[in-house]
Amino acid sequence: MITLSDVHKAFGANRVLQGVNLTIASGTSMVIIGGSGTGKSVLLKSILGLVRPDSGMITLDGQDVTAKGKSGADRDAFLARFGMLFQGGALFDSLRVWENVAFRLVRGAKAMPKPQARELAIEKLRRVGLKPETADLYPAELSGGMQKRVGLARAIAAEPEIIFFDEPTTGLDPIMAGVINDLIREIVVEMGATAMTITHDMSSVRAIADNVAMLHGGVIRWTGPVSELDATPDPYVQQFIHGRADGPIESVR
Amino acid sequence: MIAGTLGAIGRPALQALAAIGRLGLFAGTVIGHILRPPFYLREFGVALLQIGWFSLPVVGLTAIFTGGALALQIYAGGARFNAEAVVPSIVAIGMARELGPVLGGLMVAARVASSIAAEIGTMKVTEQIDALVTLSTNPLKYLVVPRVVAATLSMPVLVATGDAIGIMGGWLVGITRLDFNSATYLKNTVDFLEAWDVGSGLFKGAAFGFIVALMGCYHGMNSARGAQGVGAATKSAVVSASVLILAANYILTELFFTS
Repeated sequence: MITLSDVHKAFGANRVLQGVNLTIASGTSMVIIGGSGTGKSVLLKSILGLVRPDSGMITLDGQDVTAKGKSGADRDAFLARFGMLFQGGALFDSLRVWENVAFRLVRGAKAMPKPQARELAIEKLRRVGLKPETADLYPAELSGGMQKRVGLARAIAAEPEIIFFDEPTTGLDPIMAGVINDLIREIVVEMGATAMTITHDMSSVRAIADNVAMLHGGVIRWTGPVSELDATPDPYVQQFIHGRADGPIESVR
Repeated sequence: MIAGTLGAIGRPALQALAAIGRLGLFAGTVIGHILRPPFYLREFGVALLQIGWFSLPVVGLTAIFTGGALALQIYAGGARFNAEAVVPSIVAIGMARELGPVLGGLMVAARVASSIAAEIGTMKVTEQIDALVTLSTNPLKYLVVPRVVAATLSMPVLVATGDAIGIMGGWLVGITRLDFNSATYLKNTVDFLEAWDVGSGLFKGAAFGFIVALMGCYHGMNSARGAQGVGAATKSAVVSASVLILAANYILTELFFTS
């Protein structure tokens, strides 16, 4: 279980998070919605320790993850529980596709031999609908949708307990977006993983989410099961899910 | 009025000191990581190839033209007091002590600091650095340490090669344009060149190599967002590496040759 309590983060004068409280139960899929620039990515990155919150506490299974002075081994063990799909894929362009997917498998204390890692990488690529031939290509040779799928394969390669998806469908055509949404849902269900997705694509929300939280003005404006999303009277949520230009959320930001 | 003036002086001074502090911390952290595992040998090998091997043509060309021009200048200058015979030894000493390491360092700064800063800056901007962290890999160890070690180790070799090629440039000009006897030229070169002339230059080379890779990595890791951010990081890397090389050269020359 991941809990965030009263998390604050500012970049200079820009106060991005102003007291976020959120709980994500193990084995559930939480989707964070909210406009661009509302700090959704910052929220994800705070949990991973890529961004250090100014104040507040983030715990994973009761343990404070923002505690300072963690040793390298502790940090490795902590990060080994996570997989993350980045918005632009963030594939390493100097490495081949299979080396990207197997990046974690061939390094660290539990490193496996390369041929075995390659087999596993190809297996994961197949899982996300890519042919084995793509394994030896470089990321720059792939289309955007394929890069995203490789990113997805890399995120799930080490079978993490918790997977983060940062705008998994942004920049994809509607069909590819649908494919990615279905893949994420399937993978989360079959792996029994805890998932946290940030998106502003409502089709993603409906395909992926068990629970939804809306981030606005630096706080969680609304949270609840996806089944209650349409019925909530909250004007912010209503404006967002229906994509209206007028409402309490300013369109000039 | 006074406060404004003082502020105008103080702010840049504070910023400069803060930058030096950040750089110092960065350098210290990198050095601290060099001897601690994990070691990324493949990355080190690639860096050695990129920084050392592929810089050979640039360093060689710089050296041969510099050695040739040096021979012409010293001949013309020496002729004013009938000292044309010093050409071989001055070319050798000048190349080994100063021009080999400094010009080689500057050329490598242009070639390597820029490419490191652009590559790491792009990785930062496209979240590849964050991705490394989430894959339990320390970017300092994986990206920075191999490049810094490779540059520090390969620069002395580049400088030694540059010295030899520069001296050859002087010799070529000496025997074709200045009527030197080939054997006399080479004998003069060898007789008057001391081990420390070359050794000090190699030390300088190692220091310059460290500076080049460190600047490339530092500015790349601190790149701002977007194409403009990467462009600015690349420019800062080359400029700061070049200036630091020249400053370090003066300091090292003071240390080595004044007593």
